Formats: sequence, structure tokens, C-alpha cells
Amino acid sequence: MGVTQILFWFLSVVALFSALMMITSKNPVHSVLWLIATFFAISGHYILLNAQFLAIVNIIVYAGAIMVLFLFVIMFINFNKETEPRKNRWLKMIGAIAGGCLLLVLVAALKDSDIKNQAAQVKEGNIGLIQYLGKELFSTYVVPFEISSVLFLSAMVGAVVVGKKE
Amino acid sequence: MKNVLQIVYLIPLLPLIGFLINGLGRKRLSKSIISIVGCGTILASFILSIWVFLQVKNGNTHVASYFDFISVGSLKIPFAFQIDQLSSLFLLIITGVGFLIHVYSTSYMHEEKTEHFGRYFSFLNLFVFSMLLLVMGANYVIMFIGWEGVGLCSYLLIGYWFKNTEYNKAANKAFIMNRIGDLGFLIAIFWLFAKTGTVTYGEVFTGVGKLNGSDITIITLLLFVGAAGKSAQIPLYTWLPDAMAGPTPVSALIHAATMVTAGIYMVARSNVLYSLSELSMNVVAVVGLATAILAATIALKQNDIKKVLAYSTVSQLGYMFLALGVGAYSAGVFHVMTHAFFKALLFLAAGSVIHAMSGEQDIRNMGGLSKKIRITYITFLIGCIAIAGIPPFSGFFSKDAILLATYEKSPVLYGIALFGALLTAFYMFRLLFITFSGGFRGTEEQKHHVHESPKPMTIVLIVLAGLSIIGGLVGIPEIFLKGGDKISEFLSPVIAQHGEHTVSHSTEYMLMALSTGLVVAAIIFAWIKFRNYQRSEAMSFGKVLENKWYVDELYEKIIVKPINWLGSFLNKTFERDIIDWLVNGVGRVVNYGSRQLRLLQSGQVGSYVLLMVLSMVIIFVIQFFLRK
Amino acid sequence: MPINYYIFLSIALFAIGIVGVLTRRNAIIIFMCIELMLNAVNLLLVAFSKMHHLKAAMTDITTKAGTDGQLFVFFIMVVAAAEVSVGLAIIVMMYRNIHSVDVNFLNRLKH
Repeated sequence: MGVTQILFWFLSVVALFSALMMITSKNPVHSVLWLIATFFAISGHYILLNAQFLAIVNIIVYAGAIMVLFLFVIMFINFNKETEPRKNRWLKMIGAIAGGCLLLVLVAALKDSDIKNQAAQVKEGNIGLIQYLGKELFSTYVVPFEISSVLFLSAMVGAVVVGKKE
Repeated sequence: MKNVLQIVYLIPLLPLIGFLINGLGRKRLSKSIISIVGCGTILASFILSIWVFLQVKNGNTHVASYFDFISVGSLKIPFAFQIDQLSSLFLLIITGVGFLIHVYSTSYMHEEKTEHFGRYFSFLNLFVFSMLLLVMGANYVIMFIGWEGVGLCSYLLIGYWFKNTEYNKAANKAFIMNRIGDLGFLIAIFWLFAKTGTVTYGEVFTGVGKLNGSDITIITLLLFVGAAGKSAQIPLYTWLPDAMAGPTPVSALIHAATMVTAGIYMVARSNVLYSLSELSMNVVAVVGLATAILAATIALKQNDIKKVLAYSTVSQLGYMFLALGVGAYSAGVFHVMTHAFFKALLFLAAGSVIHAMSGEQDIRNMGGLSKKIRITYITFLIGCIAIAGIPPFSGFFSKDAILLATYEKSPVLYGIALFGALLTAFYMFRLLFITFSGGFRGTEEQKHHVHESPKPMTIVLIVLAGLSIIGGLVGIPEIFLKGGDKISEFLSPVIAQHGEHTVSHSTEYMLMALSTGLVVAAIIFAWIKFRNYQRSEAMSFGKVLENKWYVDELYEKIIVKPINWLGSFLNKTFERDIIDWLVNGVGRVVNYGSRQLRLLQSGQVGSYVLLMVLSMVIIFVIQFFLRK
Repeated sequence: MPINYYIFLSIALFAIGIVGVLTRRNAIIIFMCIELMLNAVNLLLVAFSKMHHLKAAMTDITTKAGTDGQLFVFFIMVVAAAEVSVGLAIIVMMYRNIHSVDVNFLNRLKH
């Protein structure tokens, strides 16, 4: 087992474990922290796949900006105590079973799919580098890129309208 | 060159045209035009029928095929007319008597409004059309079309005065009872087709070897069920007396002279089949005789002039079936003919009496009419003599032929039939004496009003009286005149010959003398008893007869009541408790189900997501695992 | 790495996200679970992009195949950022109105 495999399994275990801890921890702040750990693990996978630009963006945007925003909201509404009421035990169980079923069905369905013999290129290949992605983004995808700025603008206006006091 | 008989389609077509003209134009045409159209079309048919008769007199027969009426798979039913001796004879009776009765009706129905007058004649023409179709059809299906057509017209004309509920009930009764018989007929046709693959007379009768004995017996018995319905035999006879609700000419034409003889025609037409089944023949004979006696006993005590004649008709039809049953087909057909003459005469004369009495039908309120309405009296008398069977009037010859054939078959049946003949003479003369002799028993107003009928009616009566007198001369027994039995000879191509009489000449003379003597005695007895009739209550047994052996009540009890009970049971129990329960149950299940399903609409986003996930799982399962 | 591993890892992360949405009542945590699901999809997209690239590179070493997938992930992140800003604003407003972030109180859909 080479370093790549060790890294893959390590990052996978970290991602899954952090995700599970995220949904099970009582304290929302802990959940946020566990989610950040998951995002770091996923960023690690991106680096392993030599998608460095996305790995950096993931850490900056998700683990940085978005999760800070979450934390900020949690702090803002003074929500660090365990205020969540007990949910019906049966509903929890049914929810878990439903999710498990989905997992099982998808795994069973895709386990024998045609692409199972193909592999993803790891550690090499330069399409994930910012040099290539940037060229592509500002040539072929320049219109969607500019439009996404409009989306941000409208999202900002929306957030202000929704969030301001009556 | 085509056979000249190909144009026989005109015979039924003309009355149909008359029906259409009168039926559609009844509000615009005047009464005289309606009368001319109604009578003229029948007269034209009658002339054509005479021509056809002359064509077939020498033994010609012809099947005039026009087009394929039904052609499905192996089922081929051509629309064809059978022209032979039997059908030409019936054509003459139907169009001839029909024409006379049309003429009579123009006068008898003159009081009606123009619109109803037109309706009457259109129905009458439609009836003649259907009847012609019935006798001319070259296969059982065409016959059945006519058979149903005459049933419909009978219904329409019995209920002609449709504002009277009783009359409508009588019409319904006739229709429903006929339907029972028609079912038998229909099944017989199906059976016949299933076994032989054809319903055309010629093919059926030549291919009769394909049928085994039990098939023939079943088919002939089912056909007889149909005949019993149409020709008012036990147990389906009760509609005929009630059918007297219709106008009197209708009773004369449909319920005496023509339609009710359709059953006789059918059996005579199928004589090849009947001859092969001993059992069916016996059934026909016994049922015919029983009907003859039963109806005759009922007729003894009836007080409605038309009811007496109606029961007399049932009784005479019984004789015809007796003749068919003992194998004397030509005698039966002969009796159909003579009966058509004298029964039409009697009915029309009765109509004349009713006309004179301003609609009164109860003979207890009549009496002493002989002086006032002379022509009616004389013609009625001729009719009575003819039906009683006194030589040389027509009824004697036909009835004698039947009795003789019965004697050959079985002296016991002969004895009973002779007794029936006595009863016939007795009740007919009872009717005659009560109506025409003694003193007048009606109201003063009626007495003042009594008058002879107008010319068209009396002329018709005289013509029919003439026919009743001489009509029997076509069938003079062999012992009187060698070759005198013209009618059997005429019918021989269609009807298997009865064979030589087995009884000796002296026996035959003796039988005739016996029947004539007894009939005369019965008439004298009736004269003594009813010359000066006084109103009196019926005695114990007389009451039973007056109430028609309580047959209607019996049918009411054993058939109508249980069916009504079944109907109300189905309505109350089956309909309400089961059908309604099911229907309401569906509604309740949906209601309940939706009330439960409504709980899903909780507004809880969590449950929505849960359901969404479950649905995704199901879709994936179907997509990946079940669809393979 | 075999592509199957990435598929199963993504499915597992996605399912964990779904279970979280189904079992938790806190709107913020549900929101975070949605982000987790988005990331699972992103990971798979990148893996597929690299798989595609590997296949194309076997015939043409200078190929750019697979770039689209990664740019798609980039746009998903853009949309997710916008979504989070609006979503958190809604949660804040909800807290302001009903003094709770429990989704079970949000049953106005019933009416």
C-alpha cells in the first residue's frame, strides 16, 4: 500500500467520522467544528486528485467564509446551549433507516456499474491547476462567471432585505 | 328470364307504403284520403295475391330471393319470400279479410279524430305488412321479423285508446305473454341453426336427416311454445280475451282472423319436422284439445259479447291445433280459412251490435235486437250456424275434417272434441238468443238510439256471411263428392298428405250425423233456455266459469306475485343492502382513506423530506432492480 | 485510485447528510447537512473529472478534458455561498419571529 492509498483511506475515514460527529453532536458549535474538519478532509482529497485550485477555494470559501458565517449566526442568536428539544425517537430511527436504505440501494446499484474498472487520476495531471482553470474560466466560461456576480449581488440584496428588522 | 313471381315483394310493400303515408301524414290528410290509402293498398295486395294464387294453383312454387339479410361467417340468411300453396292461401285470407275489415273500419272508426283515425289505419296497414312478411318469409328469421311485427301491432292496437289504463294493461299483458312464447320460438331458431346450419325452410326440410330424434322433439316443442303464445293456447291464452280492449275491427282482424293463426301457420309450415316427432304431435293435440274445452266452458258464462267471441276464438284455435296434432295439417289450415270468415263475420257483427247499442258490450243489457237491426241479426245468425257446424255452412266441413281425423287417431280424443263442439254450438246460440231475442233490457235512451249500421259495415257483413256459407265448399269430404276435397289437393305440394281415410264410409256418415244431431240438440236446448233470458246470478259452478276458472287469479298468485315479491326483494334487500352498500362503501373507503392520507399533509418539513427520501429509494429500486 | 472508492465515499457522505436532515430539528444543523451533501457531490464531480482526464490523456497527452467538471464545482461553490447568505438570513429572521430555530414549529405549509 503506497502513500497515496494510505492518504486516501486516512482522509476518507476522517471525512466520514467528522460528518457522523457533525450530525450527532448536541452542541451546534461542535457541529460546525466537525463540519469544518470534514471540509478539510475533502480538501485533502482534492489535493490528492491534484485539483489544487478547488482545494484552496474549498478551504477559503467553505471552511473559512461560510462556516464562519454559520458560527457567527449561532453566536448571534445566542444558541450555544442545548436548546434543541428531544425529537421523537421513532422519527429519528425512521430517518436513519431511510438514509441507510438510500445508501444501500445506491451502493448496490452502482457496485456493478460499467465504470467500476476505470480509475481517477491522482497526484498528477495539470487540469486542476489554477493556470489552466483560470484560462478556461475567463475564456469559455466568462459569461456564466460574470452572471454569477449578478447572483451574488441579488443574494446580498436578498439577505439584507430578509435579515433587516421590520 | 326471371320468374314472374319475383314481383311478389309488392304484396307486403304496398301496405308498408300505406303505413308510411298514413303514419306520417295523419295530421294533414283528410279522413277520406286516409281511408282510400289504407284500403287501397290492401286491395292492391289482395289483387296481387289472387294473381299469385292463380300462378301457384298448378303446383308451382317459387322462392324469391332479394338480398342477403344477414351474412356473418357461416350464417347466411337471405331476405327471401317463399311463394307456395300454403303461403298463397294465407295471403288470400290476410289481404281478403284484411281488406273487408279495413272497409268496415272506415265506417266504424269514423267518430275518431282525424289524427287518431290516421294512426289507426297506419297501425292496421303495418299489421298487414308484418303478417304478410310472416307468411311470405322463406326462412324462420324473416318469419320471426313478421312474428314480432304483428306482436307489436297487436300491442299498439289493443292499447289504441291509450288514455284508458285498463286497456294499456291489457296491451301490456298481450305483449308480455307473447314475449314468453317468442322466446321459445327464438331458442328454436337458434337450436335449428346450431344443428343444421341453416334456417331456410327448403334446406331445413330437405336436410332434416341431420337432426336426431331428440333435437327434432326439442325444436318442435319450442316452436310450439312460440305458437302457443301467439295463438293463445294453454297456458298462454289469457291475453286474448283481454285483447278485446282494442277496437272491434282490430279484434276481428288480428285477434280472430289472422294474427292468432300465425301459430297454426308456423306449425303447418314446419309439418315435416312435426311429423317426425310423435311426442310433439301428441303435445300439440292434447294442448289444443284442452284449450278448446277450457275456453268453451268459460265462454258458456261470459256476459261480454266480445269476451264470448274471444273465448270462442281460443277454443277454435284449440281445434286447429288438435287437427295439426293428429296430423291433419290441411284440415287445420282449412279451419283457419273458414274460421277467418265466420269469426271475422261474428266480430264485425258484434261490432255492429255495439255500434247500435252506443258502445254497450254487456249482453245482459241487450235483447230483442233482431227486429231492429235485421241485417246484423241475419249475418250474426249465419256466423253462429257456421261456427256451430251445421251443413252445408263452412264450419261444418272444416270441423268435420278435424273430428274425423281425430277419430282415426283416438276415439277418446274424438269424444272430448265432440263435446267441445256441442259447447261451441251451445254458447254461440246462447249469445245469439240473449242478444237478439226476448225483450229489450237496456235503458230507454239506448232503446231509442238502436239503429242499423251504415252501408260500408253491412256490405262487409253480407260479403263475409256469403263467404261463411260457401267457404266450406272447397273442402267437401271425398265421400260426398269424388275430388271434392280441393283444399288438401291444393296444399299437397307443401303439406304431406294425410293418406287415405281408414274408417269405413258408413262410420264416417254416422259420425257426421252424430255431430250434426248433437249440435242441433244443443241449439234447441239453448233456444229453450235463453229464448226469454232474465238476469240471474250465477250458481256455484257457473260462478267458477264466469270467473274463467280463476286462471287469471291463479297466474296472479303463482307467477305475478312471486315475481313481484322477487322484484321487491331485489329492490329492498339486494339493491339497498348489497348494491347500495357497495356503492356507499366505495365512497366511505375513499372518505376514510383520504382522512387518513390527510395526516400526511402535516406541514412538517421533516416528514416531507422523509417521504421524499423514501420515494427516492423506491424510484431507485424500480429503476435499478425491478426494471431488468 | 479506482473510481468506485470515490463513488462510495461520496454516497456515504451524502447519506450521512440525508440522515442528518431527517433526524435533526435545528434549522442551522439541517442547513449544514445540506452543505455536506453539496460537498459530497463536489467531491464526486472532481473525481469524475480526473477519471475523464485520465482516459482522454491516454490518447492525447496535452488534452484539457475534465476541466469542465472542476469549473462546475467552482460554480457550485459560488451558488452555495450565495445560498448560505440568503439561507442564514432567513434563519435569523425566523429566530427573530418565533424565538426558535426548531423546524417543527414551521408548519405553516399545512394551511
